[in-house]
Amino acid sequence: MSQKETKSLWAEALQRILKDKVATLSLVIVVIYALIALLVSLGLVAGDWATAAGPENMAPNGDFWLGTDFLGRNVFKKVIYGTQVAMSVGLVSSLIAIPIGISLGAVAGYFGGIVDEAVVWFYTTFSSIPTIMLLISISFILGKGINSVYIALGLTSWVHLCRLVRGEVIKHKNRDYVQAVTAIGGGHTKKLFRHILPNIFHIVIINASLQFQVAIKSEVILSYLGLGVQDVPSWGKMIDDAKQELIQGHWWQLAGATIAMFIIVLAFNILGDALRDALDPKLKGKDA
Amino acid sequence: MQLIQYILRRLLYLIPVIFGVSFVIFILFNVVAGDPTPLLLGKNATASQVEELRHQLGLDRSLAAQYFDIVKSAFTFDFGRSWATKQLISEVIVNRAYPSLTLTVPAFVISTILSILISLVVAYYRGKGLDTFIRVLCISLMSVSSLVYILFFQWFFAFKLGWFEISGYEEGFPNFLAYTMLPGIIWIILSLGPDIRFFRTVILDEIYQDYVRTARAKGLSEITILLKHVLRNALIPVITYVVIQIPFLILGALLLESFFDIPGLGGTILQAINSSDFPVIKAFAILSSIAYIIFNLITDILYAVVDPRVKLN
Repeated sequence: MSQKETKSLWAEALQRILKDKVATLSLVIVVIYALIALLVSLGLVAGDWATAAGPENMAPNGDFWLGTDFLGRNVFKKVIYGTQVAMSVGLVSSLIAIPIGISLGAVAGYFGGIVDEAVVWFYTTFSSIPTIMLLISISFILGKGINSVYIALGLTSWVHLCRLVRGEVIKHKNRDYVQAVTAIGGGHTKKLFRHILPNIFHIVIINASLQFQVAIKSEVILSYLGLGVQDVPSWGKMIDDAKQELIQGHWWQLAGATIAMFIIVLAFNILGDALRDALDPKLKGKDA
Repeated sequence: MQLIQYILRRLLYLIPVIFGVSFVIFILFNVVAGDPTPLLLGKNATASQVEELRHQLGLDRSLAAQYFDIVKSAFTFDFGRSWATKQLISEVIVNRAYPSLTLTVPAFVISTILSILISLVVAYYRGKGLDTFIRVLCISLMSVSSLVYILFFQWFFAFKLGWFEISGYEEGFPNFLAYTMLPGIIWIILSLGPDIRFFRTVILDEIYQDYVRTARAKGLSEITILLKHVLRNALIPVITYVVIQIPFLILGALLLESFFDIPGLGGTILQAINSSDFPVIKAFAILSSIAYIIFNLITDILYAVVDPRVKLN
């Protein structure tokens, strides 16, 4: 029963998004970026970004759409490679944050009592440290590199999801369909994993869509602080490079990274809103 | 009476949270971070030098004692001395707070008022072209990295056009204005997107309530309804949203201060990161958390005082 309901909800949500032209376009953009990231990961695209392809600091032209950087490297290829970094930062940090958020939130909401109090204390503690301070502290302690960025972003972004999941589980656990499972002898695990969680999974999807754009934006700041990705190009590092370049009039590296980032962050923003409207009418427009 | 009980209970709850925050910081800096002595002494230090420094910094003591030191500092605000500059951290913070506040407070006040005004106008024209335009503008503004605004504005308005000082700071009003104006404008632009989106939602949430329909039915004009009824009811979430941001004003504007060379708290944090100055980073993490906890408490109390619907148990 619950399976069937979930399916129809998803189908309906997809339908609603496809009806909205702007949301559909955002979805297409996200898929394209994901494909580019995948191709880069497989080494099929932009693998030769590091070779000096032309003269140094050349302005955009027919051969180099976004010009070359101070080592004569093709800026367009760097932008493409940066897509992989940006998408992976969003993906891996979500893969860290989502299991923590769901499991703590679900356990707290479902069992209540002392477990709930412990979890609430735990996330209150985490959310009390301003995100930027926690982000900086964690990536500073773990050292430079992309793995630290993943972990720092993952560990700073589970709280919001945990709160939402906890609230929803509390609402759902006394509903009729859960009581029915109890009546036919279903245990805690079955109730929680087979029945309650599938019914609140849309929250996770909405959250992940927002998480991606936060992660992509945070990577830029960490790169500026010297705590980000080290040996490969990222949009953050390219924007950071522009500090020196702008004064000499070399704007293309900044422009390339900014535009690439603007499009995907905008797409995630719009998609996040559309998903929220489509999947959770109660939350419509709230908590932006 | 009930309110006082509520406040007391909430105050008591601060204690486990402060213990928790101290624990997170302890785990990060005293357990995971590893030995900082090679950073401070260089590679060629003798074993006895290392031993002496570890003793000086209190790193040879038990972990429990080190944890207790952090908890204690959260209550006494005595964070010891900076490893890099040897200054008392509490003094540094007091000295550096002023430049930060001259930048953040005016920018914060202006951006909040501006956002509320724009949200009211947008709510008045809801569903029309202007509303859509502002919504698209907000979401677009939010999709550009803050670093890009800073780089571009500094390069264009200060370097190219020469309208503002490129960087630096001078104490005293109105001297500091020449230096804080441009970073202040960038702060406002960065805040407008999220602020307007939030205020607009809050106002629109109220606009479809029954009392608004009643007000309309008795013939009040839309503007009177917006200003006298809707705004007053929307004020609770607005105040909450505003108050909870105050701790971040004290924390300063991390990136802005570093780009514009404003000797504030945000710049201090960045220096501390570059010189691996553990005590300073820890002090900022603890202080900003405490500020956040306190302002969070204030908003909850405000909520309880202002809104009779909030139950106190």
